[in-house]
Amino acid sequence: MTFTTKTVGRRGVIQGGAALGVGLAAPTFFNSPARADMHTGYLNAPQGGTVTLGFNVPQSGPYAEEGADELRAYKLAVKHLNGEGDGGMMNTMRINGGDTALQGNGILGKKVEYVTGDTQTKSDAARASARSMIEKDGAIMITGGSSSGVAVAVQALCQETGIIFMAGLTHSNDTTGKDRKANGFRHFFNSYMSGAALAPVLAANYGTDRKAYHLTADYNWGYTTEEAVTQATEAMGWETVNAVKTPLTQTDFSSYIAPVLQSGADVLVLNHYGGNMVNSLTNAVQFGLRDAEVNGKNFEIVVPLYSRLMAKGAGANVKGIFGSTNWHWSLSDDASKAFVQSFGKEYGFPPSQAAHTCYVQALLYADACERAGTFNPCGVVEALEGLEFDGLGNGPTLYRAEDHQCFKDVLVVKGKENPESEFDLLEVVEVTPVDQVMYAPDHPQMGGAEATLGSCNTGV
Amino acid sequence: MFGLKGSDFALFLVVAVLTLAAPFILNPFPETSSLAQFNGGYPDLMQRFVIFGIFAIGFNILFGLTGYLSFGHAAFLGVGSYAAIWMMKLLTMNVIPAIIMSVIIAGLFSLVVGWISLRRSGIYFSILTLAFAQMSYALAYSVLTPITGGETGLQPKLNDPRILDAAPEGGRIPQANLFGLDMGESRVWNVGDWAFTFNAGYYVAAVVMLVAFYLSIRIFRSPFGMMLRAVKSNQQRMNYTGLNSKPYTLAAFVISGMYAGLAGGLLVAMDTQVGPERMFWTASGEVVLMTILGGVGTLIGPVLGAGFIKYMENILSKINTTVLEGWFAFLPDGAADAVVAVLGLFVGKGWHLTLGLIFMIVVIFLPGGLVEGGRRMFRGRDRTATRKVKSGQTPPTSKPAE
Amino acid sequence: MEAILLQILNGLDKGSAYALIALGLTLIFGTLGVVNFAHGALFMIGAFSAVTLSRLLSTSYTVIDESRTDFLGNPLKVEMPYLHDWFGPEFGQAIINWSVPLAILFSIPIMVAVGFAMERGLIKHFYKRPHADQILVTFGLAIVLQEIVKAVYGANPIPTPAPPAFSGSFDFGALIGFDPLQIMYPYWRLVYFAFAILIIGAVFAFLRFTTFGMVVRAGMADRETVGLLGIDIDKRFTIMFAIAAVVAGLAGVMYAPINSPNYHMGMDFLVLSFVVVVVGGMGSLSGAVLAGFLLGILESFASMAQVIEVVPGINQIIIYLVAILILLTRPRGLMGRKGVMEE
Repeated sequence: MTFTTKTVGRRGVIQGGAALGVGLAAPTFFNSPARADMHTGYLNAPQGGTVTLGFNVPQSGPYAEEGADELRAYKLAVKHLNGEGDGGMMNTMRINGGDTALQGNGILGKKVEYVTGDTQTKSDAARASARSMIEKDGAIMITGGSSSGVAVAVQALCQETGIIFMAGLTHSNDTTGKDRKANGFRHFFNSYMSGAALAPVLAANYGTDRKAYHLTADYNWGYTTEEAVTQATEAMGWETVNAVKTPLTQTDFSSYIAPVLQSGADVLVLNHYGGNMVNSLTNAVQFGLRDAEVNGKNFEIVVPLYSRLMAKGAGANVKGIFGSTNWHWSLSDDASKAFVQSFGKEYGFPPSQAAHTCYVQALLYADACERAGTFNPCGVVEALEGLEFDGLGNGPTLYRAEDHQCFKDVLVVKGKENPESEFDLLEVVEVTPVDQVMYAPDHPQMGGAEATLGSCNTGV
Repeated sequence: MFGLKGSDFALFLVVAVLTLAAPFILNPFPETSSLAQFNGGYPDLMQRFVIFGIFAIGFNILFGLTGYLSFGHAAFLGVGSYAAIWMMKLLTMNVIPAIIMSVIIAGLFSLVVGWISLRRSGIYFSILTLAFAQMSYALAYSVLTPITGGETGLQPKLNDPRILDAAPEGGRIPQANLFGLDMGESRVWNVGDWAFTFNAGYYVAAVVMLVAFYLSIRIFRSPFGMMLRAVKSNQQRMNYTGLNSKPYTLAAFVISGMYAGLAGGLLVAMDTQVGPERMFWTASGEVVLMTILGGVGTLIGPVLGAGFIKYMENILSKINTTVLEGWFAFLPDGAADAVVAVLGLFVGKGWHLTLGLIFMIVVIFLPGGLVEGGRRMFRGRDRTATRKVKSGQTPPTSKPAE
Repeated sequence: MEAILLQILNGLDKGSAYALIALGLTLIFGTLGVVNFAHGALFMIGAFSAVTLSRLLSTSYTVIDESRTDFLGNPLKVEMPYLHDWFGPEFGQAIINWSVPLAILFSIPIMVAVGFAMERGLIKHFYKRPHADQILVTFGLAIVLQEIVKAVYGANPIPTPAPPAFSGSFDFGALIGFDPLQIMYPYWRLVYFAFAILIIGAVFAFLRFTTFGMVVRAGMADRETVGLLGIDIDKRFTIMFAIAAVVAGLAGVMYAPINSPNYHMGMDFLVLSFVVVVVGGMGSLSGAVLAGFLLGILESFASMAQVIEVVPGINQIIIYLVAILILLTRPRGLMGRKGVMEE
């Protein structure tokens, strides 16, 4: 058991309840959605010297740790935006080839305040929490989340009410595929990119003559990941022997793992995330798959989407297993180093990929407002669409206008054989360049030609 | 009046006044004060109060009167929601067809489930209903994805047919409305530092709840209600008299299923989205807890229980350490840090802990739930037994332990 | 054939967990008549007592290693377990590795204490209260217990591996005459199965062959008469409650290496364990055990790719489907007694 001391007491960042002071000065009755201001023409237009952001993250349920890390990142971002702390990646970010418009005096001169909520990783609870932020606290932007179901649900809500949604950790193609929305933006990568980035690395390491067996979580994210990985690996010459769907609520995967060795497959792909991934990987290693030899080759396991926080739950079982990730703290570019330093000094441990994507989303939103000169969602959308930025940890990145998805390099990682610390679980084996993971906005995996953003909504 | 006798009418009147004045009652604190954190008078929460109130009222018709404890009522709420959203996708964003269809579909589904499950009683009945609900949840999450949208659920989309509505303008998804009155439409009345929000959707839902509440009083006081109570007190004896109790319990089951469907339809009308976890067993468990917390078999108890749990969930979970630090900034540094650290366990990410503690405290100190416990404290302990009979509960066979 | 045999093994293994949890639950719920929604929490506490022991055994002091750096570029702090100093690195590490089996001993006093505290402090007052009150209070307790564990250990699963001697799998098929490498099965899962059989046997023997067990069984059948005979049945029920807690806790301890424990594992098993108890029949210990193994085996068969191909989604609903079919054909489950919780 180790004892660590926590730094407590960042008091005074927000005075209690001050976040609520929106629209008070307005006289008597005024029409149409709550707290709209006719003078500026969009919902929850900030009045006075502050602007309120809504951080909607899972604080209970299986993803509570990721939610906690997201919240840490947001708090750090708010500090940096308000000119406190060391500035983190605000010092390294480059917007369209130039400097960021952010000056450390809040956003558009207004001090950034925030409210938090618990999505419980349920779409109903997430929307209730987001609506309370919009209706009660006057939040101008909602961000966060750790699953695609929640991301799609909250994104749709923000579209309907006229608020910007900056997605947190969501990996399903649907978020910026068939369910894309004009008011929603995703920095995180997706299933398609995982498949496209992994396949060449798998082929290089395991050969092109492989038979894969998929276990897939039986819901939308699982489907898109299975589809993406299957297509990408089959294009490399792999054969897909079988793909079996497993219930989300499954805890013991033994009856799904046991038949794998008899199927003639020599690779097992686990399209699982979170607790499912921890358990299915643990079970697979228990059943000796890592030591087995099939078709004269070593049996291999692949986990398309890695999360370091979750990988920790699988312990030594992750060693040597390939997967992909959006970002990892061991990257050595200046931006990543600045972020790790800033986050590590504040909290005493390195940030997760969830924390990274959330921090970046907050900064990008703030910068877009600054450049647009307004918090008006349509102005922000315009400022973010087609944006090219750099210095935020993933190299040069494009926020594509057609689907509001970020395009950037993807990291292929492997479970580390000899970790030096409890955070040192993954090593980056390949940075797949962005060109390899690019796809057309009307790609069949992304909802085809039918998928449409609609138009931006200001809520009035 | 309206077929209600004096005390019932008074109760109905009180509930009606409280419901219609909710925007004031739930926003007691000025916006600028730090206690504004506890204001619950914003549209989403007010809507949830009355909608889950309807759900619990309906559940109480089954559980409170017949004693049959269904552990799968969330399935009917979910099915109602799916029916409603499909009406909005296919027909019109007007909430009327959506709500009507949600009640019909949930009624039919509960007829099937009830007809099968009511072959058994007691815990065997509970597990049968649980099994149906869990199957609905699991299938909606996975293989029924084409109909239910799976994990990501269903929302109205731009390219939905909506044959009764005009084509959406300017790439904007139309809002749920009642003949043109948007459910999201709100007016804010500022009085000094107070801001009171009057939301169209809330008042639609509130009127529906008052109707549902009125119907439930009538059911409680009707011969049909008496028959259901007879089922609870001694089904066997009732059967010996030659009465077949099953049609009565099945009717109660279907009625409460339709209430659940109505709640599901209203949820969609207020917030156009459905996800399968609405049918998970924890959701079924929640309505059980709401009813017990408020008071099983009492008229108003379930509504109070529903409001209580929803308030906790939505208000406590939003109190984070920064808010706490703001409240206790007046204390000296060390003391403030200690207070924040301790209180932080009970709010924000720890809100479940408070909820669990309150469940225990209520049931230990207020046996019979908020209403019964309140009454007991109000009037003293001596007349407990008679009141229990009056409120539709069987008197305990022996005195309650300690 | 091999595939079917493998699934039977899986089924027995899953069934062991179901049966152990249901056994404890049926002692409390099927016989004492208390609807105990906190039973899953007891299972979870058992698993976390294994985690706790493993943490205690690896209590460390930090050494600064100047040659390496941590993520911030500072010298790396290396954790050195005290046990390595006291017993030498090899034997010390061996003790840490064996923390799960050691936790069996560690958890028994913990579970007895938890069981006593729960029964004397809370449940005792609820024997005669309506089931509704029991549900509310035990559900509240379950939430409180799991939130405490979450506050201490976090929300993520915590890897708690089996001792190295039992990790990995071996060729079970070759042992019983099949072709080699056809039926590989993990050691620890077989250990779990054997352990479950042992515990189930012990509980049955205790109730059947001891005077204590006889009195308890009599008390279940007719509590008042036994009381009138001058026997203090309440005290014996307290002990029964503690035994049920120990059974659930031990099921949790041994389960820790199979799936990394997390704070909501109790809730994950809660609904399932009620289904198992009721399918087995209220008031029947053997029914609960039988139902546990039956549902475990059926669940395993339903998850075979060949079965899912024919009936998509069957793996999602098999347990509930079987529960419905059994309850409709047998009014009191497999072996239920008349009149227990039928009102």
